[in-house]
Amino acid sequence: MKYSKILSTTFVFALTCAAAFGVQAASYKVVGETIPQSLTGKAGDPANGRAVAIHRQKGNCLACHQMPIPEQQFHGEVGPPLHDVGSRMKAGELRLRVVDPKVLDKDSIMPGFLNAKHNLAQKKWAGKSMLSAQEIEDVVAYLLTLKGSYTK
Amino acid sequence: MKLKTLTSMVVALSAGALLAACQVDKAPDSVSGYTFATKDTQAMQDDNFSNPAMLWVGIGEEEWIKKDGSAGKSCASCHGGAKPGSDEEGMYAIDPVLDTSGGATKISMKGVATKYPIFDKASKKPMVLEERINLCRTKNMKAKAWKWESDQMMGTTMLVKMQSRGMPIMSTADQASSPLNGAWKAGMKFFNERRGQMDMACKNCHDDYPGTRIRANMLTQAQVNGFPTFRLKWQKPGTIHRRYAGCNKMVRAKHFKRGSNEYKNLEVYMTWRSRGLKVETPAVRN
Ligand code: HEC
Ligand code: HEC
Ligand code: HEC
Repeated sequence: MKYSKILSTTFVFALTCAAAFGVQAASYKVVGETIPQSLTGKAGDPANGRAVAIHRQKGNCLACHQMPIPEQQFHGEVGPPLHDVGSRMKAGELRLRVVDPKVLDKDSIMPGFLNAKHNLAQKKWAGKSMLSAQEIEDVVAYLLTLKGSYTK
Repeated sequence: MKLKTLTSMVVALSAGALLAACQVDKAPDSVSGYTFATKDTQAMQDDNFSNPAMLWVGIGEEEWIKKDGSAGKSCASCHGGAKPGSDEEGMYAIDPVLDTSGGATKISMKGVATKYPIFDKASKKPMVLEERINLCRTKNMKAKAWKWESDQMMGTTMLVKMQSRGMPIMSTADQASSPLNGAWKAGMKFFNERRGQMDMACKNCHDDYPGTRIRANMLTQAQVNGFPTFRLKWQKPGTIHRRYAGCNKMVRAKHFKRGSNEYKNLEVYMTWRSRGLKVETPAVRN
Protein backbone atom coordinates (compact mmCIF):
# COMPACT_ATOMS: atom_id res chain seq x y z
CA MET A 1 0.00 0.00 0.00
CA LYS A 2 1.06 3.52 -0.75
CA TYR A 3 0.46 4.70 2.81
CA SER A 4 2.77 2.17 4.45
CA LYS A 5 5.39 2.95 1.84
CA ILE A 6 5.23 6.59 2.81
CA LEU A 7 5.58 5.66 6.45
CA SER A 8 8.57 3.43 5.93
CA THR A 9 10.37 6.11 4.00
CA THR A 10 12.47 8.46 6.02
CA PHE A 11 11.76 12.14 5.83
CA VAL A 12 13.88 14.99 6.96
CA PHE A 13 12.19 18.22 7.81
CA ALA A 14 13.88 21.44 8.65
CA LEU A 15 11.67 23.83 10.52
CA THR A 16 12.06 27.23 11.93
CA CYS A 17 10.12 27.64 15.09
CA ALA A 18 7.90 30.11 16.78
CA ALA A 19 9.51 33.48 17.10
CA ALA A 20 7.02 34.08 19.91
CA PHE A 21 8.41 31.19 21.88
CA GLY A 22 12.03 31.86 21.14
CA VAL A 23 13.57 31.38 17.72
CA GLN A 24 15.11 27.99 17.25
CA ALA A 25 15.54 25.60 14.41
CA ALA A 26 14.44 22.03 14.83
CA SER A 27 15.05 19.33 12.30
CA TYR A 28 13.71 15.89 12.80
CA LYS A 29 13.55 12.53 11.14
CA VAL A 30 10.43 10.44 10.88
CA VAL A 31 11.27 6.76 11.08
CA GLY A 32 8.26 4.53 10.57
CA GLU A 33 5.64 5.88 12.95
CA THR A 34 8.11 7.57 15.24
CA ILE A 35 10.50 10.47 15.66
CA PRO A 36 13.16 8.60 17.63
CA GLN A 37 15.49 11.54 18.33
CA SER A 38 14.83 14.32 20.81
CA LEU A 39 14.07 17.59 19.02
CA THR A 40 16.44 19.56 21.25
CA GLY A 41 18.82 17.08 22.83
CA LYS A 42 17.71 18.43 26.19
CA ALA A 43 15.64 16.26 28.53
CA GLY A 44 11.98 17.19 28.76
CA ASP A 45 10.53 18.67 31.93
CA PRO A 46 7.28 16.85 32.75
CA ALA A 47 6.03 19.56 35.14
CA ASN A 48 6.29 22.18 32.43
CA GLY A 49 4.82 19.70 29.94
CA ARG A 50 1.73 19.40 32.10
CA ALA A 51 1.42 23.18 32.25
CA VAL A 52 1.80 23.44 28.46
CA ALA A 53 -0.84 20.75 27.94
CA ILE A 54 -3.29 22.76 30.07
CA HIS A 55 -2.44 26.22 28.69
CA ARG A 56 -5.28 27.37 26.43
CA GLN A 57 -2.99 29.43 24.21
CA LYS A 58 -0.41 26.66 23.88
CA GLY A 59 -1.11 22.91 24.00
CA ASN A 60 -4.77 23.16 24.96
CA CYS A 61 -4.81 19.37 24.79
CA LEU A 62 -7.81 19.40 27.14
CA ALA A 63 -9.91 20.84 24.33
CA CYS A 64 -9.93 17.35 22.79
CA HIS A 65 -8.57 14.91 25.37
CA GLN A 66 -9.52 13.76 28.81
CA MET A 67 -6.42 13.73 31.00
CA PRO A 68 -5.66 13.06 34.66
CA ILE A 69 -5.80 16.79 35.42
CA PRO A 70 -8.65 16.96 37.93
CA GLU A 71 -8.33 20.65 38.76
CA GLN A 72 -9.42 21.54 35.23
CA GLN A 73 -13.10 21.27 34.33
CA PHE A 74 -14.62 20.20 31.02
CA HIS A 75 -12.18 17.93 29.26
CA GLY A 76 -13.00 17.43 25.57
CA GLU A 77 -13.90 14.09 24.01
CA VAL A 78 -12.76 14.52 20.41
CA GLY A 79 -9.65 12.36 20.90
CA PRO A 80 -9.05 9.35 23.15
CA PRO A 81 -8.39 9.76 26.91
CA LEU A 82 -4.67 10.01 27.61
CA HIS A 83 -4.55 8.53 31.12
CA ASP A 84 -2.48 5.54 30.06
CA VAL A 85 -0.56 6.70 26.97
CA GLY A 86 2.70 6.49 28.91
CA SER A 87 2.32 2.75 29.21
CA ARG A 88 1.00 2.27 25.67
CA MET A 89 3.31 4.49 23.64
CA LYS A 90 7.04 5.12 23.48
CA ALA A 91 8.68 8.55 23.43
CA GLY A 92 9.29 8.38 19.66
CA GLU A 93 5.66 7.61 18.92
CA LEU A 94 4.41 10.34 21.22
CA ARG A 95 6.82 12.82 19.68
CA LEU A 96 5.58 12.19 16.14
CA ARG A 97 1.98 12.31 17.37
CA VAL A 98 2.51 15.81 18.78
CA VAL A 99 4.84 17.10 16.05
CA ASP A 100 2.85 15.97 13.02
CA PRO A 101 -0.20 13.73 13.50
CA LYS A 102 -1.05 14.02 9.81
CA VAL A 103 1.78 11.63 8.99
CA LEU A 104 -0.31 9.00 10.78
CA ASP A 105 -3.69 10.08 9.40
CA LYS A 106 -3.92 12.85 6.85
CA ASP A 107 -7.52 13.56 7.91
CA SER A 108 -6.70 13.96 11.60
CA ILE A 109 -8.19 16.96 13.37
CA MET A 110 -5.24 17.16 15.75
CA PRO A 111 -2.89 20.05 14.98
CA GLY A 112 0.80 19.48 14.28
CA PHE A 113 2.32 21.45 17.10
CA LEU A 114 5.68 22.08 15.43
CA ASN A 115 4.18 23.09 12.12
CA ALA A 116 5.10 26.66 11.18
CA LYS A 117 3.85 26.68 7.59
CA HIS A 118 0.15 27.33 7.43
CA ASN A 119 -2.56 28.11 4.98
CA LEU A 120 -4.30 31.44 5.63
CA ALA A 121 -3.06 31.95 9.17
CA GLN A 122 -3.83 35.13 11.07
CA LYS A 123 -0.89 37.56 10.80
CA LYS A 124 -0.22 37.24 14.48
CA TRP A 125 0.44 33.49 14.18
CA ALA A 126 1.80 33.16 10.67
CA GLY A 127 5.17 31.42 10.49
CA LYS A 128 5.00 30.39 14.14
CA SER A 129 4.46 26.92 15.48
CA MET A 130 1.98 26.37 18.28
CA LEU A 131 4.69 24.97 20.55
CA SER A 132 8.44 25.31 20.59
CA ALA A 133 10.62 22.23 20.18
CA GLN A 134 11.47 22.24 23.90
CA GLU A 135 7.81 22.59 24.88
CA ILE A 136 7.09 19.50 22.80
CA GLU A 137 9.89 17.62 24.55
CA ASP A 138 8.33 18.70 27.87
CA VAL A 139 4.88 17.51 26.79
CA VAL A 140 6.31 14.17 25.66
CA ALA A 141 8.10 13.79 29.01
CA TYR A 142 4.81 14.50 30.75
CA LEU A 143 2.83 12.04 28.59
CA LEU A 144 5.38 9.32 29.45
CA THR A 145 4.41 9.71 33.12
CA LEU A 146 0.75 8.87 32.36
CA LYS A 147 0.46 5.22 33.32
CA GLY A 148 -2.87 5.16 35.07
CA SER A 149 -6.20 4.04 33.73
CA TYR A 150 -9.16 6.02 32.58
CA THR A 151 -12.11 6.38 34.92
CA LYS A 152 -14.83 8.85 34.27
CA MET B 1 -29.59 -1.85 -26.19
CA LYS B 2 -33.04 -2.02 -27.70
CA LEU B 3 -34.77 1.26 -28.30
CA LYS B 4 -37.83 0.10 -26.43
CA THR B 5 -35.98 -0.69 -23.20
CA LEU B 6 -34.14 2.57 -23.48
CA THR B 7 -37.36 4.54 -23.83
CA SER B 8 -38.97 2.82 -20.90
CA MET B 9 -35.84 3.50 -18.90
CA VAL B 10 -35.96 7.16 -19.78
CA VAL B 11 -39.62 7.27 -18.81
CA ALA B 12 -38.90 5.57 -15.51
CA LEU B 13 -36.01 7.88 -14.84
CA SER B 14 -37.91 11.06 -15.53
CA ALA B 15 -40.81 9.83 -13.43
CA GLY B 16 -38.28 9.33 -10.64
CA ALA B 17 -36.92 12.81 -11.14
CA LEU B 18 -40.43 14.23 -11.04
CA LEU B 19 -41.17 12.39 -7.85
CA ALA B 20 -37.95 13.65 -6.34
CA ALA B 21 -38.84 17.20 -7.32
CA CYS B 22 -42.22 16.94 -5.61
CA GLN B 23 -40.68 15.72 -2.39
CA VAL B 24 -38.70 18.00 -0.15
CA ASP B 25 -35.04 17.44 -0.75
CA LYS B 26 -33.39 16.63 2.56
CA ALA B 27 -29.70 16.34 3.21
CA PRO B 28 -29.13 12.88 4.69
CA ASP B 29 -28.39 12.81 8.43
CA SER B 30 -28.69 16.54 8.82
CA VAL B 31 -29.96 17.71 12.19
CA SER B 32 -30.48 21.16 13.56
CA GLY B 33 -28.15 22.65 16.15
CA TYR B 34 -31.25 22.65 18.34
CA THR B 35 -30.88 18.89 18.83
CA PHE B 36 -27.50 19.35 20.52
CA ALA B 37 -28.55 22.23 22.75
CA THR B 38 -29.28 21.79 26.45
CA LYS B 39 -32.89 21.40 27.58
CA ASP B 40 -32.78 24.87 29.09
CA THR B 41 -31.58 26.45 25.86
CA GLN B 42 -34.20 24.57 23.86
CA ALA B 43 -36.94 25.72 26.21
CA MET B 44 -35.73 29.29 25.92
CA GLN B 45 -35.96 29.09 22.13
CA ASP B 46 -39.33 27.33 22.10
CA ASP B 47 -41.17 29.93 24.10
CA ASN B 48 -41.54 33.29 22.36
CA PHE B 49 -41.86 34.97 25.72
CA SER B 50 -38.55 33.68 27.03
CA ASN B 51 -36.64 33.78 23.75
CA PRO B 52 -34.29 36.76 24.20
CA ALA B 53 -34.11 37.29 20.42
CA MET B 54 -37.73 38.42 20.44
CA LEU B 55 -36.51 41.80 21.62
CA TRP B 56 -34.88 42.18 18.22
CA VAL B 57 -37.90 40.83 16.40
CA GLY B 58 -39.75 43.66 18.12
CA ILE B 59 -37.26 46.12 16.64
CA GLY B 60 -37.93 44.50 13.26
CA GLU B 61 -41.66 44.98 13.72
CA GLU B 62 -41.17 48.65 14.44
CA GLU B 63 -38.97 49.04 11.38
CA TRP B 64 -41.46 47.16 9.24
CA ILE B 65 -44.09 49.82 9.61
CA LYS B 66 -41.80 52.84 9.88
CA LYS B 67 -41.72 55.10 6.83
CA ASP B 68 -38.14 55.89 5.93
CA GLY B 69 -36.33 57.36 2.94
CA SER B 70 -37.35 59.87 0.29
CA ALA B 71 -39.96 57.59 -1.29
CA GLY B 72 -41.95 57.92 1.92
CA LYS B 73 -42.59 54.20 2.20
CA SER B 74 -42.31 51.50 4.81
CA CYS B 75 -41.83 47.79 4.18
CA ALA B 76 -45.51 47.43 4.99
CA SER B 77 -46.44 49.79 2.14
CA CYS B 78 -45.47 47.12 -0.33
CA HIS B 79 -45.43 43.90 1.65
CA GLY B 80 -48.39 44.16 3.98
CA GLY B 81 -48.56 45.02 7.62
CA ALA B 82 -46.97 43.46 10.61
CA LYS B 83 -49.41 43.19 13.41
CA PRO B 84 -47.58 43.47 16.67
CA GLY B 85 -49.42 42.66 19.83
CA SER B 86 -52.45 41.02 18.22
CA ASP B 87 -53.63 37.55 19.17
CA GLU B 88 -50.86 35.16 20.09
CA GLU B 89 -50.94 33.10 16.96
CA GLY B 90 -50.50 36.00 14.62
CA MET B 91 -48.28 37.92 16.92
CA TYR B 92 -45.23 38.04 14.76
CA ALA B 93 -46.98 37.43 11.48
CA ILE B 94 -46.83 39.82 8.59
CA ASP B 95 -50.33 39.61 7.24
CA PRO B 96 -51.03 41.22 3.87
CA VAL B 97 -54.74 41.31 4.62
CA LEU B 98 -54.26 43.62 7.54
CA ASP B 99 -52.34 46.23 5.61
CA THR B 100 -54.08 49.55 5.40
CA SER B 101 -51.28 51.70 4.11
CA GLY B 102 -52.58 51.62 0.56
CA GLY B 103 -49.51 50.18 -1.16
CA ALA B 104 -49.88 48.49 -4.52
CA THR B 105 -48.83 44.84 -4.76
CA LYS B 106 -48.54 43.02 -1.48
CA ILE B 107 -45.70 40.59 -1.65
CA SER B 108 -45.97 38.13 1.21
CA MET B 109 -42.88 37.15 3.17
CA LYS B 110 -44.12 33.61 3.74
CA GLY B 111 -41.62 31.06 2.47
CA VAL B 112 -39.17 33.74 1.36
CA ALA B 113 -36.42 32.70 3.75
CA THR B 114 -36.44 29.10 2.50
CA LYS B 115 -34.98 30.03 -0.88
CA TYR B 116 -32.15 32.37 0.08
CA PRO B 117 -29.35 32.93 -0.95
CA ILE B 118 -30.65 33.54 -4.47
CA PHE B 119 -28.67 34.32 -7.60
CA ASP B 120 -28.53 38.02 -8.36
CA LYS B 121 -28.51 38.50 -12.10
CA ALA B 122 -27.22 42.06 -11.90
CA SER B 123 -24.04 41.27 -9.96
CA LYS B 124 -23.86 37.63 -11.11
CA LYS B 125 -23.27 36.73 -7.48
CA PRO B 126 -25.25 35.16 -4.69
CA MET B 127 -27.57 37.53 -2.87
CA VAL B 128 -28.26 36.78 0.77
CA LEU B 129 -31.39 37.94 2.59
CA GLU B 130 -29.67 40.88 4.27
CA GLU B 131 -28.68 42.20 0.85
CA ARG B 132 -32.20 41.72 -0.50
CA ILE B 133 -33.61 43.75 2.35
CA ASN B 134 -31.06 46.50 1.77
CA LEU B 135 -31.96 46.50 -1.91
CA CYS B 136 -35.54 47.28 -0.97
CA ARG B 137 -34.32 50.03 1.30
CA THR B 138 -32.09 51.73 -1.23
CA LYS B 139 -34.10 51.09 -4.40
CA ASN B 140 -37.70 50.93 -3.27
CA MET B 141 -37.63 53.21 -0.26
CA LYS B 142 -34.74 55.48 -1.27
CA ALA B 143 -33.47 55.03 2.26
CA LYS B 144 -29.98 54.36 3.58
CA ALA B 145 -28.78 50.78 3.62
CA TRP B 146 -28.59 49.21 7.06
CA LYS B 147 -25.30 47.97 8.47
CA TRP B 148 -24.93 44.19 8.29
CA GLU B 149 -25.16 43.59 11.99
CA SER B 150 -27.27 46.57 13.07
CA ASP B 151 -30.20 45.88 15.37
CA GLN B 152 -32.57 47.02 12.59
CA MET B 153 -31.10 44.64 10.05
CA MET B 154 -30.98 41.64 12.36
CA GLY B 155 -34.44 42.38 13.72
CA THR B 156 -35.97 42.74 10.27
CA THR B 157 -34.15 39.66 8.94
CA MET B 158 -35.47 37.67 11.87
CA LEU B 159 -38.99 38.96 11.35
CA VAL B 160 -38.88 38.02 7.67
CA LYS B 161 -37.39 34.60 8.40
CA MET B 162 -40.00 33.95 11.08
CA GLN B 163 -42.63 34.01 8.36
CA SER B 164 -41.04 30.76 7.14
CA ARG B 165 -40.71 29.14 10.56
CA GLY B 166 -41.30 25.41 10.25
CA MET B 167 -40.85 25.41 6.49
CA PRO B 168 -38.01 23.36 4.96
CA ILE B 169 -34.94 25.08 3.53
CA MET B 170 -34.57 24.53 -0.21
CA SER B 171 -31.47 24.52 -2.35
CA THR B 172 -30.49 23.04 -5.68
CA ALA B 173 -27.18 24.88 -5.82
CA ASP B 174 -25.32 21.58 -6.21
CA GLN B 175 -26.74 21.10 -9.68
CA ALA B 176 -24.65 22.15 -12.66
CA SER B 177 -27.69 23.88 -14.13
CA SER B 178 -28.07 26.16 -11.09
CA PRO B 179 -26.67 29.67 -11.51
CA LEU B 180 -25.46 29.28 -7.92
CA ASN B 181 -23.38 26.25 -8.76
CA GLY B 182 -20.10 28.19 -9.01
CA ALA B 183 -20.69 29.75 -5.60
CA TRP B 184 -21.63 26.34 -4.19
CA LYS B 185 -18.36 24.86 -5.41
CA ALA B 186 -16.33 27.74 -3.98
CA GLY B 187 -18.22 27.42 -0.69
CA MET B 188 -17.62 23.69 -0.52
CA LYS B 189 -13.91 24.23 -1.10
CA PHE B 190 -13.83 26.81 1.69
CA PHE B 191 -15.62 24.42 4.05
CA ASN B 192 -13.21 21.58 3.40
CA GLU B 193 -9.98 23.55 3.28
CA ARG B 194 -7.64 23.43 6.26
CA ARG B 195 -6.60 26.85 7.45
CA GLY B 196 -5.01 28.80 10.25
CA GLN B 197 -2.22 27.99 12.67
CA MET B 198 -4.30 25.05 13.92
CA ASP B 199 -4.70 23.82 10.38
CA MET B 200 -8.35 22.84 10.63
CA ALA B 201 -11.19 22.91 8.15
CA CYS B 202 -14.81 23.55 9.06
CA LYS B 203 -15.30 19.94 8.07
CA ASN B 204 -12.91 18.64 10.73
CA CYS B 205 -15.20 19.83 13.50
CA HIS B 206 -18.66 20.05 11.98
CA ASP B 207 -18.73 17.03 9.64
CA ASP B 208 -16.42 14.73 11.59
CA TYR B 209 -17.35 15.34 15.24
CA PRO B 210 -20.90 16.61 15.76
CA GLY B 211 -22.32 15.45 19.08
CA THR B 212 -18.84 15.44 20.63
CA ARG B 213 -17.61 17.80 23.28
CA ILE B 214 -14.69 20.05 22.42
CA ARG B 215 -13.73 21.32 25.86
CA ALA B 216 -17.08 22.53 27.28
CA ASN B 217 -18.78 23.00 23.89
CA MET B 218 -20.97 20.39 22.25
CA LEU B 219 -20.10 20.39 18.54
CA THR B 220 -23.01 20.58 16.11
CA GLN B 221 -23.22 20.17 12.36
CA ALA B 222 -23.17 23.96 11.95
CA GLN B 223 -26.51 24.13 10.20
CA VAL B 224 -27.84 27.47 9.03
CA ASN B 225 -31.52 27.06 9.86
CA GLY B 226 -31.60 29.16 13.04
CA PHE B 227 -29.85 32.33 11.91
CA PRO B 228 -29.65 35.09 12.96
CA THR B 229 -29.33 33.26 16.27
CA PHE B 230 -29.25 34.64 19.76
CA ARG B 231 -26.03 33.43 21.28
CA LEU B 232 -25.92 33.29 25.05
CA LYS B 233 -22.16 33.86 24.99
CA TRP B 234 -22.62 37.07 22.97
CA GLN B 235 -25.73 38.10 24.91
CA LYS B 236 -27.12 39.28 21.60
CA PRO B 237 -28.02 37.90 18.21
CA GLY B 238 -25.48 37.48 15.46
CA THR B 239 -25.57 36.76 11.76
CA ILE B 240 -24.17 33.61 10.26
CA HIS B 241 -21.28 35.62 8.83
CA ARG B 242 -20.32 36.64 12.34
CA ARG B 243 -20.20 32.96 13.26
CA TYR B 244 -18.03 32.20 10.23
CA ALA B 245 -15.59 34.89 11.31
CA GLY B 246 -15.60 33.54 14.87
CA CYS B 247 -14.84 29.99 13.76
CA ASN B 248 -12.09 31.25 11.44
CA LYS B 249 -10.46 33.14 14.29
CA MET B 250 -10.82 30.20 16.66
CA VAL B 251 -8.36 28.19 14.58
CA ARG B 252 -6.18 31.30 14.21
CA ALA B 253 -7.03 31.75 10.56
CA LYS B 254 -7.72 34.93 8.62
CA HIS B 255 -11.33 35.94 8.66
CA PHE B 256 -13.35 37.77 6.05
CA LYS B 257 -15.80 40.64 6.14
CA ARG B 258 -19.50 40.13 6.74
CA GLY B 259 -21.05 40.13 3.29
CA SER B 260 -17.77 39.20 1.57
CA ASN B 261 -17.89 36.95 -1.48
CA GLU B 262 -16.09 34.26 0.50
CA TYR B 263 -18.78 34.15 3.17
CA LYS B 264 -21.63 34.47 0.70
CA ASN B 265 -20.31 31.46 -1.21
CA LEU B 266 -19.94 29.59 2.06
CA GLU B 267 -23.53 30.45 2.91
CA VAL B 268 -24.68 29.05 -0.44
CA TYR B 269 -22.90 25.77 0.25
CA MET B 270 -23.97 25.57 3.88
CA THR B 271 -27.58 26.34 3.00
CA TRP B 272 -27.51 23.41 0.59
CA ARG B 273 -26.07 21.30 3.42
CA SER B 274 -29.06 22.39 5.52
CA ARG B 275 -31.67 21.69 2.87
CA GLY B 276 -34.78 20.06 4.26
CA LEU B 277 -34.19 21.36 7.80
CA LYS B 278 -36.95 23.59 9.08
CA VAL B 279 -36.37 27.28 9.52
CA GLU B 280 -36.29 27.97 13.26
CA THR B 281 -35.16 31.60 13.33
CA PRO B 282 -34.55 33.10 15.78
CA ALA B 283 -32.75 30.21 17.43
CA VAL B 284 -30.99 30.33 20.78
CA ARG B 285 -27.55 28.78 21.06
CA ASN B 286 -24.84 28.55 23.69
C1 HEC C 1 -8.54 19.39 17.96
C2 HEC C 1 -8.47 18.22 18.77
C3 HEC C 1 -7.15 17.76 19.35
C4 HEC C 1 -6.23 18.50 20.06
C5 HEC C 1 -6.26 19.98 20.37
C6 HEC C 1 -5.23 17.57 20.48
N1 HEC C 1 -5.52 16.32 20.04
FE1 HEC C 1 -4.44 14.64 20.39
N2 HEC C 1 -5.75 13.55 19.25
C7 HEC C 1 -6.90 14.04 18.69
C8 HEC C 1 -7.57 12.96 18.00
C9 HEC C 1 -8.89 13.06 17.24
C10 HEC C 1 -6.79 11.80 18.18
C11 HEC C 1 -7.09 10.38 17.64
C12 HEC C 1 -6.25 10.06 16.45
C13 HEC C 1 -6.50 10.96 15.27
O1 HEC C 1 -7.67 11.09 14.84
O2 HEC C 1 -5.55 11.56 14.78
C14 HEC C 1 -5.65 12.21 18.98
C15 HEC C 1 -4.64 11.35 19.39
C16 HEC C 1 -3.66 11.70 20.28
C17 HEC C 1 -2.70 10.77 20.83
C18 HEC C 1 -2.65 9.28 20.55
C19 HEC C 1 -3.51 8.61 21.58
C20 HEC C 1 -3.72 7.14 21.36
O3 HEC C 1 -4.27 6.52 22.26
O4 HEC C 1 -3.38 6.63 20.29
C21 HEC C 1 -1.90 11.47 21.67
C22 HEC C 1 -0.75 10.94 22.50
C23 HEC C 1 -2.33 12.84 21.65
N3 HEC C 1 -3.41 12.94 20.79
C24 HEC C 1 -1.77 13.86 22.37
C25 HEC C 1 -2.16 15.19 22.30
C26 HEC C 1 -1.50 16.25 23.02
C27 HEC C 1 -0.32 16.06 23.92
C28 HEC C 1 -2.15 17.39 22.69
C29 HEC C 1 -1.82 18.80 23.14
C30 HEC C 1 -0.46 19.22 22.94
C31 HEC C 1 -3.23 17.04 21.79
N4 HEC C 1 -3.20 15.69 21.59
C32 HEC C 1 -4.13 17.94 21.26
C33 HEC C 1 -7.35 15.33 18.75
C34 HEC C 1 -6.69 16.39 19.35
C1 HEC D 1 -41.90 50.34 -2.96
C2 HEC D 1 -42.25 48.99 -2.62
C3 HEC D 1 -41.36 48.23 -1.67
C4 HEC D 1 -40.93 48.59 -0.42
C5 HEC D 1 -41.17 49.88 0.30
C6 HEC D 1 -40.20 47.46 0.08
N1 HEC D 1 -40.18 46.46 -0.83
FE1 HEC D 1 -39.42 44.64 -0.60
N2 HEC D 1 -39.90 44.16 -2.49
C7 HEC D 1 -40.63 44.96 -3.35
C8 HEC D 1 -40.80 44.29 -4.60
C9 HEC D 1 -41.51 44.84 -5.82
C10 HEC D 1 -40.18 43.03 -4.46
C11 HEC D 1 -40.10 41.92 -5.48
C12 HEC D 1 -38.99 42.16 -6.40
C13 HEC D 1 -38.79 41.00 -7.29
O1 HEC D 1 -39.70 40.20 -7.46
O2 HEC D 1 -37.68 40.88 -7.77
C14 HEC D 1 -39.62 43.00 -3.13
C15 HEC D 1 -38.94 41.92 -2.61
C16 HEC D 1 -38.56 41.80 -1.30
C17 HEC D 1 -37.95 40.65 -0.73
C18 HEC D 1 -37.62 39.36 -1.48
C19 HEC D 1 -38.82 38.52 -1.68
C20 HEC D 1 -38.51 37.27 -2.42
O3 HEC D 1 -39.46 36.51 -2.64
O4 HEC D 1 -37.34 37.01 -2.75
C21 HEC D 1 -37.73 40.91 0.58
C22 HEC D 1 -37.12 39.96 1.60
C23 HEC D 1 -38.19 42.25 0.83
N3 HEC D 1 -38.68 42.76 -0.33
C24 HEC D 1 -38.13 42.87 2.06
C25 HEC D 1 -38.44 44.20 2.24
C26 HEC D 1 -38.22 44.89 3.48
C27 HEC D 1 -37.68 44.27 4.74
C28 HEC D 1 -38.62 46.17 3.27
C29 HEC D 1 -38.54 47.32 4.25
C30 HEC D 1 -37.20 47.55 4.82
C31 HEC D 1 -39.09 46.27 1.91
N4 HEC D 1 -38.96 45.06 1.32
C32 HEC D 1 -39.60 47.42 1.34
C33 HEC D 1 -41.11 46.19 -3.07
C34 HEC D 1 -40.89 46.90 -1.91
C1 HEC E 1 -12.16 23.54 16.20
C2 HEC E 1 -13.49 23.19 15.83
C3 HEC E 1 -14.26 24.11 14.88
C4 HEC E 1 -13.91 24.43 13.61
C5 HEC E 1 -12.68 24.00 12.83
C6 HEC E 1 -15.00 25.22 13.11
N1 HEC E 1 -15.95 25.40 14.07
FE1 HEC E 1 -17.79 26.22 13.82
N2 HEC E 1 -18.21 25.90 15.76
C7 HEC E 1 -17.37 25.29 16.67
C8 HEC E 1 -18.00 25.25 17.96
C9 HEC E 1 -17.39 24.67 19.23
C10 HEC E 1 -19.27 25.86 17.80
C11 HEC E 1 -20.36 26.02 18.87
C12 HEC E 1 -21.08 24.71 19.00
C13 HEC E 1 -21.61 24.25 17.68
O1 HEC E 1 -22.64 24.78 17.20
O2 HEC E 1 -20.96 23.39 17.04
C14 HEC E 1 -19.39 26.22 16.40
C15 HEC E 1 -20.52 26.78 15.83
C16 HEC E 1 -20.67 27.05 14.49
C17 HEC E 1 -21.89 27.51 13.88
C18 HEC E 1 -23.23 27.77 14.58
C19 HEC E 1 -24.18 26.60 14.50
C20 HEC E 1 -25.54 26.89 15.09
O3 HEC E 1 -26.38 25.99 15.12
O4 HEC E 1 -25.80 28.01 15.53
C21 HEC E 1 -21.63 27.68 12.55
C22 HEC E 1 -22.60 28.16 11.49
C23 HEC E 1 -20.24 27.32 12.34
N3 HEC E 1 -19.69 26.93 13.54
C24 HEC E 1 -19.59 27.38 11.14
C25 HEC E 1 -18.25 27.05 10.96
C26 HEC E 1 -17.55 27.24 9.73
C27 HEC E 1 -18.15 27.80 8.46
C28 HEC E 1 -16.27 26.80 9.92
C29 HEC E 1 -15.12 26.85 8.95
C30 HEC E 1 -14.74 28.18 8.53
C31 HEC E 1 -16.19 26.32 11.28
N4 HEC E 1 -17.40 26.50 11.89
C32 HEC E 1 -15.05 25.75 11.84
C33 HEC E 1 -16.14 24.72 16.40
C34 HEC E 1 -15.51 24.75 15.17
